[in-house]
Amino acid sequence: MSSTFETVAGIISETADIPREQITPESHAIDDLGIDSLAFLDIAFAIDKAFGIKLPLEQWTQEVNEGKAPAEEYFVLKNLVAHIDALIAAKSA
Amino acid sequence: MRLEYFEMIDRVTRLDRPERRIEATSTVPTASPVFEGHFPGHPLVPGVLLTETMAQASGYLVLGLMNFTHMPFLMAVDKARFRTFVGPDTVLTVTAQLEHEGSGYAVTKAKIHAENKPICDAELRFRIMPFPAGMDELMRAQARRIGLLAEAA
Repeated sequence: MSSTFETVAGIISETADIPREQITPESHAIDDLGIDSLAFLDIAFAIDKAFGIKLPLEQWTQEVNEGKAPAEEYFVLKNLVAHIDALIAAKSA
Repeated sequence: MRLEYFEMIDRVTRLDRPERRIEATSTVPTASPVFEGHFPGHPLVPGVLLTETMAQASGYLVLGLMNFTHMPFLMAVDKARFRTFVGPDTVLTVTAQLEHEGSGYAVTKAKIHAENKPICDAELRFRIMPFPAGMDELMRAQARRIGLLAEAA
């Protein structure tokens, strides 16, 4: 798996105190890993710092709440990692 | 500083927008019901109220930088250190620096000094949310009282 995933999995493991082996690309942050909104903001802060980006959490939340995107789009880790990679690419473009 | 009313900041002395930093001053009261219990005969400002003081300075910083569009609510306190005791009549200098502005949250580092000696410091995180009904005017009134609106102008 990508180095982005490894970094994100490490952050989640450390921040939310979840054994690293439980975290896979298919894991759903809320449904599978039990991460609550406060812990997710802790994770977002660590991701922002690690990659020098700003996860657009407010926009994502709005899209999910309005039914424009399924929660899986942002909370299944392989999808989250893809969004992070896109933000990194946009930053260096 | 009125401990029992949670009015922890007396005056904002500087809001530096480019540096994303605020400086404020506050004087610990001579007497307060808080000191009757903490501790009888040995009045000390509780660490939790020093933390609240750093949080309020940070909150006013976020309010000022965001032009009072959203309300910061304290959600995490990290790396809090209380380095010395604070008693009645101590004049405190409170500073806060915006470290990171995330989407829907903000992170600050705050410190309190007295006579250039470090009192305490912490890293604080805030959830940034729309104002609950009526709180907008309340916070503006508080900001006027402590001179934040004049500094933010």
